[in-house]
Amino acid sequence: MGRYLLRRLLQLIPVFIGTTFLIYWLVWSVPGDPFAGKCGERACPDAYVNMMTEKFKLDQSIWVQYGNYMQNLFQGDFGSTFGGRPIGDIIATSYPNTLKLAMVALIIEAVIGLTAGVLTGLRRNGFLDNLVLVSTLFLLALPIFVIGFVLQWLFGVQWGIVKPTVSNEMRISELILPGFVLGSASMAYIARVARTSIAENRRADYVRTAIAKGLPMRRVVGVHLLRNSLIPVVTLLGTDLGALMGGAIVTEGIFQINGIGRQVFRAIVTKESATVVSIVVVLVLVYLLMNLLVDLLYAALDPRIRYE
Amino acid sequence: MSDPTAASIVSTPPVEQPTGVGAPADAGVPENARREKPRGLLGDAWRDLRRKPLFWISATLIVVFVLMALFPSLFTNGDPENGTLTNSRVEPSANGWFGYDVQGRDVFARVIYGARASIVVSLLSVLGTLLIGGTMGIIAGYRGGWVDALLSRIADVFFGLPFVLGAIVILTTFNGSGTSNSKAEIMALVSISLIVLSWPVVMRLMRSSVLATREADYIVAARALGAGTGRIILKHLLPNCLAPLLVYGTIMVGTFIGVEATLSFLGVGLKSPVVSWGIMINEAQNYIRVSPFLLFFPSAFLVTAVLSFVMLGEAVREALDPKLR
Repeated sequence: MGRYLLRRLLQLIPVFIGTTFLIYWLVWSVPGDPFAGKCGERACPDAYVNMMTEKFKLDQSIWVQYGNYMQNLFQGDFGSTFGGRPIGDIIATSYPNTLKLAMVALIIEAVIGLTAGVLTGLRRNGFLDNLVLVSTLFLLALPIFVIGFVLQWLFGVQWGIVKPTVSNEMRISELILPGFVLGSASMAYIARVARTSIAENRRADYVRTAIAKGLPMRRVVGVHLLRNSLIPVVTLLGTDLGALMGGAIVTEGIFQINGIGRQVFRAIVTKESATVVSIVVVLVLVYLLMNLLVDLLYAALDPRIRYE
Repeated sequence: MSDPTAASIVSTPPVEQPTGVGAPADAGVPENARREKPRGLLGDAWRDLRRKPLFWISATLIVVFVLMALFPSLFTNGDPENGTLTNSRVEPSANGWFGYDVQGRDVFARVIYGARASIVVSLLSVLGTLLIGGTMGIIAGYRGGWVDALLSRIADVFFGLPFVLGAIVILTTFNGSGTSNSKAEIMALVSISLIVLSWPVVMRLMRSSVLATREADYIVAARALGAGTGRIILKHLLPNCLAPLLVYGTIMVGTFIGVEATLSFLGVGLKSPVVSWGIMINEAQNYIRVSPFLLFFPSAFLVTAVLSFVMLGEAVREALDPKLR
């Protein structure tokens, strides 16, 4: 286990460097003049250009720039926007919001997806089974912004049950609708995986043994069947948390939540290069580490899997 | 794509009986006896597909959408790009079935003309993704060793980028507000960014099926008979590894229509004057309270198009997957 962990961590390093370098190169080097449009209608004053060039080593090759940037990053310095605001601040204020939204989405998708999956897995080919199959097909196929707009219009505008947008306090009650939208695709996927897994394990020997022992059905399903069937679902939830924390650009935009996705989108549109790179680096790191964690979790949950 | 559904689609096809290798065996058999050779995987799948209503429904819808993309004037004689401002946000009526948008343009005509951009971009991206990912997967799986390790690490780098985020960064860099790309250039750029971000998934798919079939008896036999690498890959490996790719490709067309709309909606993909469903939804979002029909019609077309490709993919998967028979 220890050696496996070490090998995986070592494999992460080239991937991390490759991904961040790619972003760095795309954002800083490809567009040409990094100062275009930074100072309003006029060209940037020389003093400002000199200061920025000095700070980001813009006069040197991209390799030096990137090395310099990484060095600062590992000392905890995320750099600052062109306006002088520390990027660490932006991340610190917006990341908790994204985290909160991701948690709400995760809980909603776990509860609904699991319930649907377990119910249909136990009783296949009924009305409920077909209903769940069709609705998951819809949820998997629809782009998230369509789901978002339709639900926002229905619940927020037409019926007036919730406020269409989320306020700055980020109350949990306001986050239910955005959380549902954000988790909708994964919810469908969880339902499908849980359904297949339960249906497969229902014919397993240990289930038959448990029934033959005379255990009540509730115990057979609740203890024996569920525990073994939920392993793929749990790992799926882990992967999803990694994706949710980086992929909320659309949902945060529609419901006007001040999260990291909205910040990075705004930074991309206003060409705040330093902000874009720093946030993307954080997101990529979270994503890679979550994937690693899921693989380890897999081994911990399923004793049949052992990493050398 | 970091889409988890990709993994569930993968299933290695059954090892097919080699046909035509033992040529001397049927030397004395009369000509009509050869017709009884076993149907291939695709022949079986086609027989299975023909019986499925899901297949016929989605195929019909797809034909309609492709017709829309090729000959939009068959469906409407309205003008998708120019409008009359007096018609601004007029509700649906007998004159304009789907109403008029803020600029007074006919929404029905725009929705019909919007099919072209979406379908062309997604088909191009899927073809490119399958080609690049498939080639890389075959090379990595067949060669193995350091080539495999190198290609897999490169794929990991692109896989590590969150999909929408990566596409936004690439597109704002090359297709930002200051650039003046033509229609075709914009569409090519969107396709390229989708290809760049999604080939690793196809490569992994292909690599695992090549690894599973590489040591099969018929490959060993072909090599023993003196077949070259090119012949083994094209004649033996490729036909037997194609099934999962086919399924994934069909579903991917639907997904990419959605992704293209998402990018256009965010304002980084296609741009006016190109007509596309994503752009229409983007323009409609500010009038969601007063004119919800502006949002409804392009969304409905988008959803139907995505669904029909995804349903076709599901039907093809069921037909190709021997475990479900």
